Amino acid sequence: MEKILFYILAIIMVVFAVASVSSRKMLRSVVYLLFVLIGMAGIYFLIDYNFLAAIQLTVYAGGIIVLMIFSVLLIHHIEMELEVAKTFKKIITAIVCMAGLGIFLTTIYSHPFNVIENSNSTTINEIGKGFLSYEAGGFILPFEVISVLLLAAMIGAIVIAKGTKKTEVGRLKSEE
Amino acid sequence: MILGVSIYEILTLTSILFFIGVYGFITRTNLISMLISVELILNSSVVNFVVINKYLFPEVLQGVFFAVFIIAVAAAETALAIAIIINLYRLISSVEVKDTEVMKY
Repeated sequence: MEKILFYILAIIMVVFAVASVSSRKMLRSVVYLLFVLIGMAGIYFLIDYNFLAAIQLTVYAGGIIVLMIFSVLLIHHIEMELEVAKTFKKIITAIVCMAGLGIFLTTIYSHPFNVIENSNSTTINEIGKGFLSYEAGGFILPFEVISVLLLAAMIGAIVIAKGTKKTEVGRLKSEE
Repeated sequence: MILGVSIYEILTLTSILFFIGVYGFITRTNLISMLISVELILNSSVVNFVVINKYLFPEVLQGVFFAVFIIAVAAAETALAIAIIINLYRLISSVEVKDTEVMKY
């Protein structure tokens, strides 16, 4: 049962990822990305990390995708089609990516992983204690640093996006 | 762990997603589309962290913590990138890579 679910999720994710990087409508490609992210949340559910799945759904599907859709709607006409790269460049890139994938897969399949059979389930309690513990193996310092980073990113985003009125450069560009 | 699914299959899936992201990052000529590809790359690496944690070291939770940190950094990065893109659009009325010549205002 889990195996079938995993394969369904895998097929959905690969198909929508390809659609997302090759679609010529920008809004559609954002929505395809949403399906890939939801598939990843499904994988987290399958391997029993419910907390991570919830984070994935709220932060990515709820936050980042909405932000991207907003920006796409702000800067694009819905009907406008994206420029595509030259076919030659596409083929070269696809070949290089296939070669890289081949190297990855040969490395992965030739490595003997020491898999431990288990069915541990993790509670949010353990995760929270791990984050806030200052003993060995605790993550209190990175946790605090990441909160400062988020604050800095928020202030930076506000300062950058507030911006100024159109400058000389912008006017010259739009007149061209 | 997922019953009947080996670690190799999951790592294959994440490698495929990673290289789809790389392909998109190289072939797209639009800033937001490139951001979408970066999201794909980051997400596939997060799944790697979690899966290796679950399959090889089930008694610790380090992979989960790193996954949460990566997600937080990715969210911050996306917010900043979108702020920069919108500001750039305000300056030059375009988000194509080839039109992007100025970075100051």
